Amino acid sequence: MSNKVLIKDAVKKYGNFTALNGVSLDIAEGEFFTLLGPSGCGKTTLLRMIAGFNSIEGGEFYFGDKLINKVPAHKRDIGMVFQNYAIFPHLTVEDNVAYGLKARKVPKADIDRRVKDSLELVQIAHLAKRKPNELSGGQQQRVALARAFVIEPSVLLMDEPLSNLDAKLRVQMRSVIKKLQRRLGITTIYVTHDQEEALAISDRIAVMKDGHIMQVGTPNEIYAKPQNPFVAGFIGVSNFLDCEIDSAGITSIKDELKIKVPLRRAYSGKAKLSARPEQLFFSREGMPGEILFSTFLGDFIEYEVKLNDGQELIINEYTKDTTEVHADGEKVHISFDPNRISLYTADTEEVLSC
Amino acid sequence: MAAKTKQSASLDRKKLMADPIMVTTIVVLITLLTLFILYPLAILLVDSFVGDGSFSLSVFQRIFQISSFKRAITNTLKVGFVVGILSSLIGLLFAYVEVYVRMPKFTGGLFKVVSMLPVVSPPFVLSLSMIMLFGKAGIITRFLLHIYDNSVYGYWGIVIVQTLTFFPVCYMMLKGLLKNIDPSLEEAARDMGAGRLKVFTSVTLPLMLPGLGNAFLVTFIESIADFANPMIIGGSYDTLATTIYLQITGAYDKPGAAAMAVVLLCITLLMFAVQKYYLEAKTAATLTGKASRARMMIEDKSVRVPLTVLCTLVAVFVIMMYICVPIGACFPTWGYKFFPLTGKWFTQVFTRYKGFKAFKDSFMLSLIAAPITALLSMIISYLVVKRNFKGKGFIEAVSMLAMAVPGTVLGVGYIRGFSGGLFHTGILQGLYGTGAILIIVFIVRSLPTGTRSGISALRQIDKSIEESAYDMGADSFKVFMTVTLPLIKDSFLSGLVTAFVRSITAISAIILLVTPSYLLITVQINEFAEKGAYSLACAFATILILITYGAVLLMNLFMKYFGTSRKMKED
Repeated sequence: MSNKVLIKDAVKKYGNFTALNGVSLDIAEGEFFTLLGPSGCGKTTLLRMIAGFNSIEGGEFYFGDKLINKVPAHKRDIGMVFQNYAIFPHLTVEDNVAYGLKARKVPKADIDRRVKDSLELVQIAHLAKRKPNELSGGQQQRVALARAFVIEPSVLLMDEPLSNLDAKLRVQMRSVIKKLQRRLGITTIYVTHDQEEALAISDRIAVMKDGHIMQVGTPNEIYAKPQNPFVAGFIGVSNFLDCEIDSAGITSIKDELKIKVPLRRAYSGKAKLSARPEQLFFSREGMPGEILFSTFLGDFIEYEVKLNDGQELIINEYTKDTTEVHADGEKVHISFDPNRISLYTADTEEVLSC
Repeated sequence: MAAKTKQSASLDRKKLMADPIMVTTIVVLITLLTLFILYPLAILLVDSFVGDGSFSLSVFQRIFQISSFKRAITNTLKVGFVVGILSSLIGLLFAYVEVYVRMPKFTGGLFKVVSMLPVVSPPFVLSLSMIMLFGKAGIITRFLLHIYDNSVYGYWGIVIVQTLTFFPVCYMMLKGLLKNIDPSLEEAARDMGAGRLKVFTSVTLPLMLPGLGNAFLVTFIESIADFANPMIIGGSYDTLATTIYLQITGAYDKPGAAAMAVVLLCITLLMFAVQKYYLEAKTAATLTGKASRARMMIEDKSVRVPLTVLCTLVAVFVIMMYICVPIGACFPTWGYKFFPLTGKWFTQVFTRYKGFKAFKDSFMLSLIAAPITALLSMIISYLVVKRNFKGKGFIEAVSMLAMAVPGTVLGVGYIRGFSGGLFHTGILQGLYGTGAILIIVFIVRSLPTGTRSGISALRQIDKSIEESAYDMGADSFKVFMTVTLPLIKDSFLSGLVTAFVRSITAISAIILLVTPSYLLITVQINEFAEKGAYSLACAFATILILITYGAVLLMNLFMKYFGTSRKMKED
């Protein structure tokens, strides 16, 4: 049955290289949890440790209350969907799906019923007798899905399952996976490097970098309140500005804009500000700049603005809020809502904004 | 669509006709292949079906009444079947251990070397050491175990020796296939609840089945075509190859031998057809994927320990067999006095038994044959892969056909085909009995392997590279020499060395054609082994082994410093 997953201080080493450095996660029962990060961040390594394909150099892995560190892969009761699907080429679609049930010695009649049900669930019941080489990429993906969840695993693992599909199919399969997971309520751990995919599909996301977890949160939290500049830059687009906070708590940027940003603790000194393109706007006052280039994109207009010191910012203005299109070369002033941007200390990159 | 293909075909033809070098090459090739591969085989058919100017089956009726011939057929098939199975299994064991199981560096390297050793070793070597170790006067059987009546001659002797000789072929074929299995298939099976054994039987093995069938048939063909081993260790257990040889050299019955050769050829051709057109296609269908990530090597003791023990047993046996040859060459009196070791046999090889001439003749003939073989096989593979012309199918089929023709059959074909000139008319009669015909046989025997590796090397070169050379004004000869050949330099080089090694160790066809004016090492070894002069045979064999390994070593060194492919692959 479905389980919560608890990981305490996971460590993975390849020789001298530390791939994972004390990663801890607490994944709730039935949750759709995503490991997101650039290649080499350790997300697949972690997934394969959970699956039992990678040895565990340190830390504790629990499914429910059960410590699984020493449990071999085939006894962990997991389902896994691989990047290249890993459909058995010598078996038909239904035999592929029945494989895990047979390994579990489920009675024959039950196998037939469950295989049929799960193929119907992913809408490929009519392909049951086919061999994998007669299937398209999307159909193979559905076989891989059916095969993984038909055994009702305690945890479902997915390793970049959509990356081999074309863009349109990717969006379509994304919602198939999400709806299926909701319906079956299986705890799911999903690995991807595609931030848009992660935002669209997940209940919660862990953003990883260099074997560390940078932030764990809901898609909205991650996007709106990035806890460090890496997350701010990796998820979506962010403008970064150097600034200084004085003892009175006033943030001043390039001596051109002074604004009071609510802080979670007292701090004075050098800081770093990050703002999404839609969090910046044109106003009477603020940082002076000049519009370099504008791109009209229908629902919004994207401006590239050059500040006096040469730094360039990206600012989006939504067409529902304004009818005016600024011309290239126009002088503008830029400001922002202090409650919506993020501030970090310059040296340790600790988050300061609330 | 059809019109378009027709148009492009006629375009290809026009392009070809505008290229006189190309046309000449093709015509010369077709002539050579017809004359030296097809014609000798055709003459066997003619000789055995046409008696006194009219079609008759009388020769076949006659040979099928010879009971030793009928027994030879059963013997050959029985040995081939068992050797095929054992070689495939041992090959699979070594391939699996190398690809799947984590081994200490030394052990892993040792197994790799052991499974490659027999590939470049001359024939007889294993038969010789088998007799010396386990025979009636064998070092192990008689002097260690005090068994005085052990006989290695016959069925089991052949089976053991052939298995050890041919399992490396299976090992190499299966290793390639195992590496192509996507590890995530096995991981998928594991996390759905299958244990190691279940994964092996339900995923790995079914995926390998066509490949195993392929390996089985290839060794089956090798086994029934093998002449050297049954000759030395077969004793009274005759196989088809040895029976045909004896029919010519003992019974002087050339038409009968021709008919027997036709029977042997039919068996190998049938196997070859099944292997080539049925199993190879099936193998390709199940294993198309590339491995998506490195495989997690198996570390479980329950898998490692038994497999290591099995491999070690085979390895120790193989190593023992190989060490036995140089040491056997140093015993003062074989079977009677083993110590102190002496170098007198090596001296006698050169002083009393014309060793210099034997090595010179073998060396010269092989040295002439090797570059011609390498060049021919490159030209053939180039034409097959890169060009479109009438007769391409013919060239490809005939050069591959040579692979399925046992040496003995070819030898008989050459005797029938050239001893009295073409179609017994006296034309080209001068060729028979010369060194040239030996060289031609060397070339024909090595051509298929060279062509096969050339084809796979050329398939990896994009056609557009050559097309751009044509665009810049080079003709086909220039393109081949300046663009294609440099790109497949490594493949050419290894083809050269393989052809040399195969030629200098060849025996089956050669032994029927060699005349007293040429002394060949392999023929000498055979003679001394037949006489029971094992130490002399070992001395010859030791030097031959040194030559072949020297050639391979030289090639590896050369490739390391001058090879291009490795650098290009890294880019």
